[in-house]
Amino acid sequence: MTDQAQTTSPRVGLFVTCLADLFRPSVAFAAVRLLEDAGCRVEAPLNQTCCGQPAYNSGDRAAARAIAVQVMDVFEGFDYVVAPSGSCAGMLRRHFPALFTDDPALARRAGDFAGRCWELVSFLHDVRGVRRVAAGFDGVVAYHDACAGLRELDIADQPRALLSSVAGLSLVEVAQSEVCCGFGGLFSVKYPDISVRMVSDKTAAIAATGADTLLGGDLGCLMNIAGRLSRTRSPIRVRHVAEVLADMADSPAIGEGED
Amino acid sequence: MHITTPQFPANAKAALADKELQQALDKLRAGFTERRRVAVERLPEFDALCDQARIIKDHVLANLDLYLERFEAKVIETGGQVHWCADAAEARQTVLDLCRAAGARCVTKSKSMIAEEIALNDHLEAHGITPIETDLGEYIIQLAGEPPSHIIAPAVHKTKESVADLFAEHHAQYGYTKRHDDAAALLEEARQVLRAKYFEADVGITGANFLVAENGAIVTVTNEGNAELTQILPDTHIVIASLEKVVPTLEDATTILRVLARSATGQEFSSYTTFSAGGRRPGDLDGPRNFHVVLLDNGRSAMLGTEFQDMLRCIRCGACLNHCPIYGAVGGHAYGWVYSGPMGAVLTPQLIGLEAAGHLPNASTFCGRCEAVCPMAIPLPAMMRRWREREFESHLQPAPSRLGLRLWSWFARHPAAYRGLIRAASRVLRLMGGRSRRIGWLPGAAGWTAGRDLPAPEGRSFHALWAERGP
Repeated sequence: MTDQAQTTSPRVGLFVTCLADLFRPSVAFAAVRLLEDAGCRVEAPLNQTCCGQPAYNSGDRAAARAIAVQVMDVFEGFDYVVAPSGSCAGMLRRHFPALFTDDPALARRAGDFAGRCWELVSFLHDVRGVRRVAAGFDGVVAYHDACAGLRELDIADQPRALLSSVAGLSLVEVAQSEVCCGFGGLFSVKYPDISVRMVSDKTAAIAATGADTLLGGDLGCLMNIAGRLSRTRSPIRVRHVAEVLADMADSPAIGEGED
Repeated sequence: MHITTPQFPANAKAALADKELQQALDKLRAGFTERRRVAVERLPEFDALCDQARIIKDHVLANLDLYLERFEAKVIETGGQVHWCADAAEARQTVLDLCRAAGARCVTKSKSMIAEEIALNDHLEAHGITPIETDLGEYIIQLAGEPPSHIIAPAVHKTKESVADLFAEHHAQYGYTKRHDDAAALLEEARQVLRAKYFEADVGITGANFLVAENGAIVTVTNEGNAELTQILPDTHIVIASLEKVVPTLEDATTILRVLARSATGQEFSSYTTFSAGGRRPGDLDGPRNFHVVLLDNGRSAMLGTEFQDMLRCIRCGACLNHCPIYGAVGGHAYGWVYSGPMGAVLTPQLIGLEAAGHLPNASTFCGRCEAVCPMAIPLPAMMRRWREREFESHLQPAPSRLGLRLWSWFARHPAAYRGLIRAASRVLRLMGGRSRRIGWLPGAAGWTAGRDLPAPEGRSFHALWAERGP
């Protein structure tokens, strides 16, 4: 990379997300490739952990605040912080400022930080102006709109626009696409009966499209949907949208076995 | 009414297994949401109207005492009386006293959630007065001995067949011995039975969608005209309403009306919208001789100035219920008390206590659809989260959840330990997944694995792999 490129290409901190770190590093590596292809210098700070949603949504505001401060410290100095998740990006962008309404200094800091935080696909499309990706994928694909991405960050058109540039891919729409899949973090464990009912409705709607692959921007939803599909022995495969956009969809799909 | 809110998970399980209920909910989810969508699309200024409506309500809440006193003064001018009631017990006793003063043995009622909140029917019956619900849905569930399952469609959980059974059982005493299968015939039969009741009643009790401060009028909205017959035929009309129903002017009421029906049923306007001020005046041909407004607080004034104040903007349109995937899965009865869906999850802890209602604000994925369709822009998910915070602060959560959360938070705040944990977990879970890469049962997450697999991790954590990538 030339010195010129060094100065004009933004320095992006990859917010890996706890689920990608633990369950599916491929998603984070796909994100790195997409960001680098879009002219960014990417770093993944070692000391990152989680965005704090488990604490925030369980009512432990003090822990959520402490974690938020830690996230802001770890990602200090980056031009952008990008996460391959609408849910985590929504936490950083929409909820961090709300955590500090009683502390003007931290509120200012969180507000400034929030302005630099993005979900991966909307960052590529809206900030970096990416309109096409150099990728191929043979299949009929449905895209799952995750709630936080859709309603907190207005992510709907961007992934569809980029997917339409993937060679060989045909995109179909899921009925009632704006309805939640029933994941909801700890909700899925605390209220399993309702959660399973919701994900069953979702997998039925996905199956009705005739798609062979489901893509989405949030591993939480995708693991929920993939888990239900695999329990019901459905042949539909589930992947993070970044894997397809980065042309890295050759590893086994989420929960796809060797048998 | 018996509160079963603490048993929400068991209620939900039963609801999910109830075939008749699930059939009814399928129809509701498809019908209401689609009709609202079409109605909103057809009105380009819908969002602007919602903003206006919200501003009106916020203004009222900031000046509630002023408008309530103005409303009372106007009611007195029109010959009526306002009864200020601090809680449910006071309100139902006030209504009972007014019924007794009127020598009532039979009262007709049009639909009122406040009457449900104060358990009015039980109280009247216990004191020898027969209440007759005149809203068709309310009438059906009264016959069935059930509470409403939806704030605007109380019998939405009932199918036509079960209504036919109820009518066959209860209408034989009036000479209707044939069981009808057809909705129009059932409706006609209910109409005939109820028609007689209107004339029999000594008192008519209605709710109110609005109380208008500038002239002391009450506004009722129905699709059946039953509120009108309920209020003009008997000698005494009692209105029961909670105090946040007041609006400054008629103009304000009509602004909010424009978003109410569209949000509720997708209608542009409900079939009947009635403005009535006071009782019968000299020269009037009909109307009640006595006019009373029973004004209920029941914890609402305590919400003013708190993080729950915005909830008092609620106009009870039911859009949040109709769009809620949790409500759509389990229906209203699972919530265990009067209010259900997202608005119930926020309001119920305030009205019956967080200890009894703790499940409701937790039983949400925070999908945000309720807030997106709320015409009053009530931040329902944020308020549910506030209840969870209150619960956490008061140590109301079960010990294992608290411990798990504390452990997780500790790791999240100690990055090196966290990395070690994730490295270990990704290996262990990968091994558990075996060749199928699926985990069918996981201790500690049995709720997850009961109905779905846990996809196994790829094997090594991202940070472990990233460290090897090198510069």
